[in-house]
Amino acid sequence: MSGYRIEGSTGLWEIVVGLEVHAQVISQAKLFSGASASYGGEPNTHVSLIDAGFPGMLPVLNAECVAQAVRTGLGLNAEINLFSRFDRKNYFYADLPTGYQISQFAHPIIGTGTVEIELADGTVRHIGVTRLHLEQDAGKSMHDQDPTRSFIDLNRAGVALMEIVSEPDIRSPEEAGAYLRKLRQILRYLGTCDGNMEEGSMRADVNVSVRKPGEEFRTRCEIKNVNSIRFVMQAIEVEAARQIEVWESGGTVDQETRLFDSARGETRSLRSKEDAHDYRYFPDPDLLPLVIEQPWIDALKAALPELPEAKRARLEAEYGITRYESGVLTVEQAVADFYETVARDADARLATNWILGDFFAALNRTGRSIENSPVSAQALRELLGLISDQTINGKIAKDVLEIMVETGEAPLQIVDREGLRQVTDTGAIDAAIADILAANADKVAEYRSGKDKLFGFFVGQTMKAMKGKANPAMVNDALKKQLAE
Amino acid sequence: MPLDAQTVRRIARLARIGVADDELVPLGHELDGIIGWVEQLGEVDVDGVPPMIGTGLAMPRLREDAVTDGNRREDVLSNAPDRVDAYFTVPKVVE
Repeated sequence: MSGYRIEGSTGLWEIVVGLEVHAQVISQAKLFSGASASYGGEPNTHVSLIDAGFPGMLPVLNAECVAQAVRTGLGLNAEINLFSRFDRKNYFYADLPTGYQISQFAHPIIGTGTVEIELADGTVRHIGVTRLHLEQDAGKSMHDQDPTRSFIDLNRAGVALMEIVSEPDIRSPEEAGAYLRKLRQILRYLGTCDGNMEEGSMRADVNVSVRKPGEEFRTRCEIKNVNSIRFVMQAIEVEAARQIEVWESGGTVDQETRLFDSARGETRSLRSKEDAHDYRYFPDPDLLPLVIEQPWIDALKAALPELPEAKRARLEAEYGITRYESGVLTVEQAVADFYETVARDADARLATNWILGDFFAALNRTGRSIENSPVSAQALRELLGLISDQTINGKIAKDVLEIMVETGEAPLQIVDREGLRQVTDTGAIDAAIADILAANADKVAEYRSGKDKLFGFFVGQTMKAMKGKANPAMVNDALKKQLAE
Repeated sequence: MPLDAQTVRRIARLARIGVADDELVPLGHELDGIIGWVEQLGEVDVDGVPPMIGTGLAMPRLREDAVTDGNRREDVLSNAPDRVDAYFTVPKVVE
């Protein structure tokens, strides 16, 4: 069990967190209509009469959205339910034209699964997934356009969402962050949700309670619609602190919906009406139950991409990299693809060190992502090839990478133009060393009388005299030989 | 047991239907009649019969994932009691 505890005036407290993640399904059209599901667009243009709740319009389920939910379920090692059903969740809100959201309440398409998370100290935990169901998104209300009215844009109304509900297995803000990052990574690998929290395509409702270790669960509060991983972690911390204070001052925590105010660093009660949760679910009479067949699921499974954990294990085995390195290199599929293009059938250790070191540093410095990297994987592979075949040395290669980042030129072209080929001519190296030793007779004497550290000085001087282009191993050998004479 | 005035008021509020106080009791009787009629179904013995939600467990017809609709803003907004440019507007909703 996790050791995260909060110290209160009455002793140590443990926190209990469960997350409900709303992930927008990647699809062309909406869940039940042929209107575009793409983000943005002129207001009220991605809307069909079904989405706008016109009388007599019938919803027809989008097959791809079902496939996306099944793929996600497979990625979470979850049960896929061959029978599921759509229900109406009834509530009134201005951006919900029908007066109900079509959701899956009693019979979700996906049952229990797990997400494996890894914490900073290397601890691995399994967070249970209770269920995943398909439902419609609502439209968007804007409250800042007019003093007396709210404006409604229905472009998002009816877009397919997957609600992914976790078990209350999370015991620290760090675990919540790790769970969300892992879930987002899996969704991105699967191509079922882009995980873009800024655009709202992934958002979380956070259920928080606190208890003394060993106790039963106490009352929880739900913090709605938190839209970044950092905010989820902060919200858990401040909400847990608030609840501990309530309990310790003799009060009781009321089950309620709260809102996280990131600017003030506090949660506030939404003071919803007492019947806000009386949704009067019933099966949607416009929709037949959804019945899917095992062969179809098997075909989707066979076409799934390699998922993060499998990719990590394979990269470790194939390229001899560490667990830490495989974690960094598989954060995004594009990074892993880039890595494999560079490292496949090449010096994998060299490739790993360069990508994690100089290459990532160059991306950071230029503010680019792997998708629009200033240096292609093929070009980096060529550069490292020039080190492996002794055309240039590692020090010069760093300079070449700088030029590649700036100009986009091919590495060999830069090497030839700048005259950077490694000097492996022993005669030239010997001559340069002879000059250095002659010019520094005092230091040679000191070295010979036991001041070994001066060896580095001679290496530096020689490399400098040869403009950095000498083969370092050959310089070392030649220096040792001449100094021993 | 007849529906009391408080329950009727709550049902009306959930449905966003305005009901005057003197209508609550008569409405309760009307609703009782409807519920009583539907409750006759309770007399049927359904022990061991699985719930039936549809007429058959056939895969419903599904839509292909293609954009076939939209870009009909004037139709969509045609019944809006109040609008500003491209938007529906409603009395300000603030929580």
